[in-house]
Amino acid sequence: MREYIFSVLVENQFGVLSRISNLFSSRGYNISSLAVGQTEEEDKSRMIISVLGDKNIIEQIKKQLNRLIDTIKVIDLTDSDIVERELALIKVNASVKTRNNVFQVADVFRAKVVDISSDTLTLEVTGITKKINAMIELLRQFGIKEIVRTGRIALARE
Amino acid sequence: MKLTGGQIVVESLKREGVDVMFGYPGGAVIALYDAFYDSDIRNILVRHEQGAGHAADGYARATGKVGVCIATSGPGATNLATALATAYMDSIPIVAITGQVSTGMIGNDAFQETDATGITRSITKYNFLVKDINNLARIIKTAFYIARSGRPGPVLIDLPTNITKSKTEFIYPETIEIRGYKPTYKGHNLQIKRAAAAINAAVQPVLYVGGGAILSNASKEIRELAHKANLPITTTLMGIGIFPEDDPLALKMLGMHGSWYANWAINHSDLIIAVGARFDDRVTGDVNKFAPNAKIIHIDIDPTSISKSIKVDIPIVGDVKAVVTELNQFIEYRERKDWFDLVFKWKEEHPLIYDWSDDVIKPQYVIEQIYDITKGKDLIISTEVGQNQMWAAQFFTYKYARQLLTSGGLGTMGYGFPAAIGAKAGMPEKTVIDIAGDGSIQMNIQELATAVENCIDVKIFILNNGYLGLVRQWQQLFYGNRTSSTCIRRSLRCPDKCAGPGPQCPEYLPDFVALAEAYAATGIRVEKPQDVRSAIEKALKTKGVVIVDFIVAPEENVFPMIPSGGSAKEMLTHELV
Repeated sequence: MREYIFSVLVENQFGVLSRISNLFSSRGYNISSLAVGQTEEEDKSRMIISVLGDKNIIEQIKKQLNRLIDTIKVIDLTDSDIVERELALIKVNASVKTRNNVFQVADVFRAKVVDISSDTLTLEVTGITKKINAMIELLRQFGIKEIVRTGRIALARE
Repeated sequence: MKLTGGQIVVESLKREGVDVMFGYPGGAVIALYDAFYDSDIRNILVRHEQGAGHAADGYARATGKVGVCIATSGPGATNLATALATAYMDSIPIVAITGQVSTGMIGNDAFQETDATGITRSITKYNFLVKDINNLARIIKTAFYIARSGRPGPVLIDLPTNITKSKTEFIYPETIEIRGYKPTYKGHNLQIKRAAAAINAAVQPVLYVGGGAILSNASKEIRELAHKANLPITTTLMGIGIFPEDDPLALKMLGMHGSWYANWAINHSDLIIAVGARFDDRVTGDVNKFAPNAKIIHIDIDPTSISKSIKVDIPIVGDVKAVVTELNQFIEYRERKDWFDLVFKWKEEHPLIYDWSDDVIKPQYVIEQIYDITKGKDLIISTEVGQNQMWAAQFFTYKYARQLLTSGGLGTMGYGFPAAIGAKAGMPEKTVIDIAGDGSIQMNIQELATAVENCIDVKIFILNNGYLGLVRQWQQLFYGNRTSSTCIRRSLRCPDKCAGPGPQCPEYLPDFVALAEAYAATGIRVEKPQDVRSAIEKALKTKGVVIVDFIVAPEENVFPMIPSGGSAKEMLTHELV
């Protein structure tokens, strides 16, 4: 079992997102994250889907995605040379006493402080998924109030 | 010229060559039906939308054309769901048009509103919600294109009522291009040559053909492949009829209730040539024990079917007819004497059998007599689901594609009768018989009115045993004969634990003969084996809809049987039990 990442180019139409998530849920595939947005062309969207699976499951997923009428192209980026990013907003407990320690952690990960209150700090961090996971682990000791993540997006390198 | 949405639907259907459709009106489709009023497309009013869906399905299977059904919004659309799922599982091309509330009301929990596109997303090949009348004609053309191309399937068009009433210029597009949908029809040349080489070298090959070959209209090519290469051939339930079953090469159906010799041949094969079949679990049983020594060639138009559950050695994506035509050029005849000696021995030693009785009708006998009397000429058989379906598959000798219409993938009880109506509407010169169980036939019995009033003369042969037979069989074999909710005759007068069928049992309900007559059809009851032949002959000669109520042996079982998750080695036969 490992994490695979697909880049799926689809028609920018009503119902397409639903159809694709239906595909995954109805067959019991495990989505780790899903990000979708418009592409360089207005009538197409690009979805980056991270899935947990093994070689056989992934083969089926690729074929099932391709079979969908709204799918224009499916690229398996897993073993390719890619640029990947994810963005996370993390609200952390930060009293006057612990605030500096949180700043230090944020510094190491080049995260920005985007909100501050008397007892919390909200940090914005972008980077590869591993980096974001690492930062979250380090922030746990302070007590994490809320995390929201976008999910991975990726592009193949030229 | 400006037309209303309803008129655009009519004109588009005409352009697609639709000559008959099945439907049920309602508020959301009044304007649509108003347009139908002036058109010459034959519009058959059913008595339940599920009947319309199955009729469109039966029409499509029998004729090879796209079936069309119409329903209103809300409950009309949800009633169609089972029929759509049935067609989806068996890859049958139908286009369903459902009404929807006005575009402005969508999402408002309006009267008779349901999210039809949401509900049917997983049971249709594709669906559309029409939001702009200027897209309507193109959507209809696209729907038909998607339904009939590649691996066929049902397509739903959800049509808001305000769009049926608005007007726009009618322009029917010449062609449709979908950039994300380009099915592969032509097989890869190198793969085809590899497959041919494997077939020519095989010592114990078996040709395994499914519904895809019938959808591709490839009877001639399959026959040529089997004869030219000299291959024993077995079919799935969906592939029955692709190859004449009275040919010595024919092994009949394989799988859970397939013939002993078909399963044994597959189990001992060194090469399986799968054509238009998908290695369904009813065929494979335990995938780890299925055909342990066989290399597998798989020809299918849908890449997702290949290597889905069974690893394939030589995959060929393409249309069956096109690929097999190519393949046949490289095939050579091989005698394979030792293999055929074995196969013919198995055929002789383990035929499909049942015990004869002079006192009670055996359901298998009824099926055999239908073949014996008609020889299958100009005959279409539809079935319901369960024991009736399995016996119909086993004991009739099928020789023509599109002769057997049966719900294989979904196994929908209540399919057979409306499907028979659709088939007869599409092929009026053929005799159409629905083989039913007493349970299944009640699921869409209301379509008797449809058949009688539209002079669609189908014959219904009920194998009446008073039980939901196949479930009762499982209860007998695996649940200590605890017939929980499988006796259809059981009434409150029965003892708490039933001791078995006998003269103390309540009357058969309903009285199918009286029911037939209540619908102005003919009802015939048969209780003795000696009367079976004459009843069949009488039913076929009598004009109009005929129900023949065959009172059959109550606890007859379907054999052979490979229990769920088993293999050919675990096959239960009629003698073993």
